[in-house]
This record gives sequence, C-alpha cells and structure tokens, in this order.
Amino acid sequence: MLRFVVRRLLLLIPILVGLSILVFLWIRALPGSPANALLGERASAETVQRINEQYGLNEPMYVQYWRYVKQTAGGNLGTSITSRVSVTDELKQRFPATVQLALAAMLFAVSFGIPLGFIAAKRYGTVVDHLSLIFSLIGISIPIFFLALILKYVFSVKLGWLPTVGQISVYYDIPHPTNFYLLDALLAGDINAFWDVFKHLILPAIALGSIPLAIVARITRAAVLDVQNEDYVRTARAKGLAPLTVDRRHVFRNAMLPISTVVGLQVGLLLSGAILTETVFAFPGIGTWLQEAINNRDYPVLQGGILFVAIVVVIVNLLVDLSYGLLNPRIRLAGR
Amino acid sequence: MRFKAAALALVAAFAVAAAGCGGGGDKEEGSAAGGGGNATQGGTLVFAGASDPVVLDGALVSDGESLRVIRQIFETLVDLKPGTLELVPHLATKWKASNGGKTWTFTIREGVKFQDGTEFNAEAVCKNFNRWFNFTGSFQNPSATYYWQTVFGGFKKTDPKSGAPEESLFKSCQATDEYTAVINLTKPSAAFLGALALSAFSMASPTAMDKYGANEGRVDADGVFHPTGSFGTKHPIGTGPFKLESWTRGDRLTLARNDDYWGEKAHLDKVIVRPIADNAARLQALQTGEIQGYDLVEPQDIKTIEGDSNLQVLDRPSFNVAYVGFNSSMPPLDKLPVRQAIAYGLDRKGVIDSFYAGRAQVATQFMPPSVPGYSDSVKKYDYDPAKAKALLEKAGLTLPVKIDFWYPTDVSRPYMPDPKRNFQAFAASLNKSGFKVVPHSAPWSPDYLGKANQGLLQVYLLGWTGDYGDPDNFVGTFFRSKQLQWGTTKHPYPSIHLGLERALAITDQEQRDEAYKKANDDIMRQLPGVPYANSKPALAFQANVKGYVPSPTTAEDFDTVYIQK
Repeated sequence: MLRFVVRRLLLLIPILVGLSILVFLWIRALPGSPANALLGERASAETVQRINEQYGLNEPMYVQYWRYVKQTAGGNLGTSITSRVSVTDELKQRFPATVQLALAAMLFAVSFGIPLGFIAAKRYGTVVDHLSLIFSLIGISIPIFFLALILKYVFSVKLGWLPTVGQISVYYDIPHPTNFYLLDALLAGDINAFWDVFKHLILPAIALGSIPLAIVARITRAAVLDVQNEDYVRTARAKGLAPLTVDRRHVFRNAMLPISTVVGLQVGLLLSGAILTETVFAFPGIGTWLQEAINNRDYPVLQGGILFVAIVVVIVNLLVDLSYGLLNPRIRLAGR
Repeated sequence: MRFKAAALALVAAFAVAAAGCGGGGDKEEGSAAGGGGNATQGGTLVFAGASDPVVLDGALVSDGESLRVIRQIFETLVDLKPGTLELVPHLATKWKASNGGKTWTFTIREGVKFQDGTEFNAEAVCKNFNRWFNFTGSFQNPSATYYWQTVFGGFKKTDPKSGAPEESLFKSCQATDEYTAVINLTKPSAAFLGALALSAFSMASPTAMDKYGANEGRVDADGVFHPTGSFGTKHPIGTGPFKLESWTRGDRLTLARNDDYWGEKAHLDKVIVRPIADNAARLQALQTGEIQGYDLVEPQDIKTIEGDSNLQVLDRPSFNVAYVGFNSSMPPLDKLPVRQAIAYGLDRKGVIDSFYAGRAQVATQFMPPSVPGYSDSVKKYDYDPAKAKALLEKAGLTLPVKIDFWYPTDVSRPYMPDPKRNFQAFAASLNKSGFKVVPHSAPWSPDYLGKANQGLLQVYLLGWTGDYGDPDNFVGTFFRSKQLQWGTTKHPYPSIHLGLERALAITDQEQRDEAYKKANDDIMRQLPGVPYANSKPALAFQANVKGYVPSPTTAEDFDTVYIQK
C-alpha cells in the first residue's frame, strides 16, 4: 500500500516538469503582453516594449525558462504582475473558496443524485425512471450561468431568501486565519456568521452541482442496475435476506465503486475552478483567477496556478484509487 | 521627449487659477444630488468596484479601483471642484508662479494632521516630491509610475535600462519655512499645476512611509516587483476624510471616517468597497440591497434601473471620445479622399441613437466639448453614402474599395459599451457607401490592444478616457508624436504634429485655446481618424443615497455622501 502511494506520488515529478514546460511555452506563445492589460488604452508601443524588457520577455525562451525553474526550485512561485501579491499568497486566498464551493456542489450532487439514481434503478422502466432521465438531461444541458442567473433572480432578487454575491455579508466581520470562511466562522465562535457563509454557498452549489448531480444520478442508476443482476445478489435474495439488507450490504456497496470513481473525478474537476459560477456569484476562487490571468498575460500566476491545480488533481485521483481498497477488499493494492 | 509633452500638457486652463489665486480654503460642498444642511449622519455605504485595488499608494498605481480608494484616504495640494474640471485650493491654500513659470511657491494649509498624528507641513510636501523624484530600479517602469512619467518625465537618476525619459520637468523642492513649499522646474510650465490634482500626487505621511517600508520590496527573477513593506496594504496614512480600517482581498475593503479630519467631516461612518467583476452580478447585488452603489453601468441595464423606484442612475459628465482609427500608412488610407469617404460613410448618428441608451452625442472632433480648445468650426461629416461613393470614384478607385475593419471582443468600454454592434452598424453603412468591409476581431486585452499599438490594424474601433482636463491629454496623446497605431511614423501629418507641439508650449491661456482650436480644425480636415462618440458613463445607486457628485475625471468623494432615512 505504502509503495503504491509513494510510486504514485513520485509520478508527480515528471507530470509537473512536463506540465511546467508546456504551460510555459504555451502562454508565451500567445500574442500580446501584460503591458496591455496593465495600462489598457494608455499603453503605447514604447511602454509595451519597456514593460516587456522589465519582465525579460524579449529574451530567448530557454533563458526565461531556466530563470523560472531556478526561482521555483527555491520555493518562490513568483509574484502576480497584476496584483503584485505573491502567487502563494493569492493561492492561499483563492483556493479555500474553490474548495468550499466544490465540496458544497458535490455534497448537493451526491445527496440528491444517488437517491435519485437508486430509485430510478429500482423503478426501472416506470414513469419514475423516465422522469429521472429527463431531469438528468435537463441538468446536464442547462448552461450553468443561465441556471445561476435564474436561481439568483428567483431566490435572491424576487424572494429575497438568499444572497447574490460573495462569500459572506458585509454585516459580518470575522478574522480569517484559514481563509476557509466556514471554518473561520466556527473558529470565531460566531454561529450567525457560519450560517451566513452557508447561505452564500447554497445557490452557487446548486448551480455548479447541477451537472455532477445529473451524472451521479445516471451512474448510480446504471451501477445499481448492473449489480442487481449479479449472481450474488440473487443468492442473497434467495437466502431470504430482507430486501433492505440486500440493498445495503450487497447492492449498494458494490455499486459504490463506479459511483465513487465518478464522484472523485468530478471533485478533481471542480477543484480546478468553476469560472462561470465564480463569475456570476462574485466568488473569488481559482477559476476566475486563472481566467483573468490569461487575459492579463499574468505569467507567474498562470505558471504557479496551473501547476498547483495539477498537483491537486493528481492527489485527488490518487485518493480515489486508494478508496477502492476501502470499498472492495479484493482490490486492496498490496503491490506485487 | 515625452515628459515635455505631458508636463506642459497639463491643464492650461487652470493656469488662470494659478496666477496668484488663493483665498477661501474651505472644502467645497458642491453636491448635485442633495443638500448638505440636513444630511443624515452615520451609516455604512457598500460600493462595488470591478476588482480589488492593487496597492494604496498613489505614486505606484494607474488603475481606477486603486485610485478610487486612494482618493478617500489621501489628498492633493490642489483639487478639482466636485463635478467639474475647475481647480481649487486643497492642501495648498495659495500658490504663485515666478521666474517665468519655473518656480512655484505654495502656501501650505495649517492645522492639518496626517492620520497617524504627525504634522502635515511644507517639509512633508517636499519629502513626497523627493520620494517620487528619487525612485530607482523597477519603480521607474511605466507600469509602476505612469503618472509621474507622463507629467514630469524622468527621475533624478534615470536607469538607462528602464527606458524612462532622460530629462525631468522636476528640479527640486524646498521648504523655505514651515508652511511654504517652493517647487523648482527645469522648464517654464503653466500647466503642471493641474496635474497636481491627480491622486498620483497625493501627500502621504513621511513617517508612515518610513516606518512601513513604502519603497521596500524585491524584484523576482522574472522581473516582477514584489512589495514587502505594508504601507500600501495595511498602513496607507494620508490626510483625507477616511482612513483604512481593514482590507481582505476578494472580499471587502473597509474605510472608516477620520474624526480628526481638518475639513468638514464625512457623513458616513464607514464605506465598504467590494470587488464584483461581473456587471450582471453588480446589478443584482444592487437590486437586493447587498450593495448601495456601483460604477460602470452597462447601457442595457439603465432602463431596468430607472424603472425601479428604489434605484437611481447618476451620469458622469462626458470626458471621453470613441473613434474609428486609421493606420494611414496602409493603402488606400494614405489617400485623403478615401478617408473622407469613410467619414461620410459612417452612420455615426445612427450608432449613437441605437447603442448608447441616449447617453452619448456624436463627436465632431477628438475631444469632448468640456475641454478647452474645443472648436466649433471643425468640418462636419454627415452620413452621406452618395457623397462617399462620388469621392472614391473621383479618386480613380474601383468600387467597392476593400478595407479591413477591426473591433474588439470580450469588452465594454465607457466610450464604447457594445463594440460589436457599433461595428456591425458601421460596416453596414460603409458597405452602402462604396466600400467592402472585411470584418476582423480579437479579444480586447491584450490581443486587440497589442495589435493596435503595433500598427497592425488598418481601420479599427478604439477610444480614450481623459485623465485631466487639458487638450493635450486628448489630441496630443493621439497626434502630437508619430505613432505606429496611426501609421504616422510612415505617413505623418506634419502640420498636425507641429501644430500640437507648438500649442503645448504656449503658456498664455487664450493663445493656447486658439492654437488647439486650429489644431482640431486641421485634424478634422485631414482625418487621421474619425471620432464618433462622446458618452456619459453611468453610475447606479439606491435611491436613498444622496450627495455623490460624479466627476468627469472620476475624482469622486464619498465624504459628501449620506443615506437618507
């Protein structure tokens, strides 16, 4: 087990090296310079040239790359050209917001998706099943930003039940030791603030979780249908076990394998940022951060940020693989 | 030689006020949206900007969001009368020019303290000026000290690698007594006074700058400057009506009233600025009451806001120009008849009426009417497809004449809220006027802007918002020097370039206005481009927010704002 984990973590090294070269070359291949983002209409050809000089962007690619490698190896991910804040500090501010949003969205998707899929499988071929199919298709097809705007319009503007923007209301002022606003509220012992942060997560979680919900529901349905027809399930039923016990002990546990894979992968995807949701809800996460960095040609942010996201995705995938062993002893990886 | 341009390029109009103006040091309470007498005290206003400020140090920024906050915390020697371009005394009560405009003596206001309790006096003034003049290293880069370089040019020790101008308008600053500061310039200038109203030249507490390392930082291997001091992030100490209480990036920036302020205290207890990048999100936050005001309202939302009795729209006086630019070195734009034909072939009035929500007028020249030097006698070009065709035929060209017309995507500018629609309307009208428009587009930043800088665009939509009320900040920016963008490096307009250089150097107000009027006439005769709109950007507030006075240069204060019960 340990060897497995170590081997997978060692794989990180070639992945990161390859990715860093790719990102490095790709973003520098894009036309335009950070100067235009920094100064807008005020940039003249001359100032653009001078800013490029300052950032060494006119030097040969390998020179720039070597400088970057030396700096990163020294633990310095660089400083954002636009905000002049170090990339590490920006990550510390932005990533917790993305984590909260991703987990909230997946919680929503799983809480509703699994039961939905399960019921659809149990009532295979009936109206309930067909309705769940339509519902899933709608969930996958509806554009996230459209859903977000509708949710905001109905629940915030018209009904006034939930807030529209940000992570917390201006009425609450709590210190941010961790930058996980839910945690910060708990640490500050402020239950009202905690509830406020929670309310700010509801609509974004629904908007962002709509697609994973649909996917999880379909996968659950398929997995349950698949497992139900297995021999051991028929045997268990034949043994006289109560249907609920059969479901819990045999069907569900075995169906969890594909479900957990999908959930894990979805979490990995969501952790790399949810640009549309973050934009509509003014949620300061990784998605909008990286998107703005592309428009601003903010090279340090792109290099550091994308590398970080890659690490996160690799680790999440590793955890998903490890979870197999927990779910199904036969798959426990001993590593021959 | 850019410094000369910018340096002298400043508000000549204010030179009138400059010649010994003084008296009345009271802060003007000019407010269009509500009286001062019965203003409710207290309360918190939440305002949404488009992004977080970069740093709260006026000398080191040029972005609107940083300057918006800096203006509340810091003050300048001279200020603009709210809502206008008129100079009034502020931290300086009187000033006098001598030595042919090379020496400026400022009488500094007494009884003013910085927010850390230290005295504001002539010595503090000179310490600020000297700090800027002595910037070295990466501070000399245009992304850091854009306004110093535009106005004064170079530094004491200009680093050749930085490419900053060699010469500087600034020579020295002396505190001849506690409340008299003398600034010596290297060249006579009646116009530099107006520049001092820019927040880039705010007076900061020298004690705080030292204590919190305002100049400290390191440069990464990739050349990016990383500030290590906390002056601009945690301890921006000025003399203004608000002080920084806290700042959590991505969440909010909180300003608290300065109860020791030397002038009339602010009505509000606090102002909270939240960064909300998406325009629709800002509107919805205003509708639910999560914010009480925001900037950069898009035209399509104005009807919604006006139709809501709980909300109001405020207009910012027009201070911009949108234009169809030409690269005159790309044929057939090098021919005057072709440029004239384009001018006649653009349905400018149609575009203004359709896509600006009634908030713009057709621009007859490359600056808005409020700027001195505006000419009423420029040649006008009404939409006339027949005339356009006639001009092209007379020039011996085969119709239709092909042109590559560019517009930016992913952007809405105050002077051009909907580039694509503007483009489509213009292309349609040009196609009726003997042209064949080949459409091109690119994302605004950095692609479109970069291409424009490099002179790669033949015909393109662009614009400009002014920084200060001087004609050189408009027409001088475009046409005084030869630039790739306009193709004037290869196809110059000698009379225009020379005319603008000469106008820049004139110190007499009336003569200067005349010179710029002539320059505008010349520009609109030769048509290096075709201006088409002066628009009024809009702000939106909840209806009970009073006392906010929009300014053409976005020099807007929150201390006159109050929330009516």
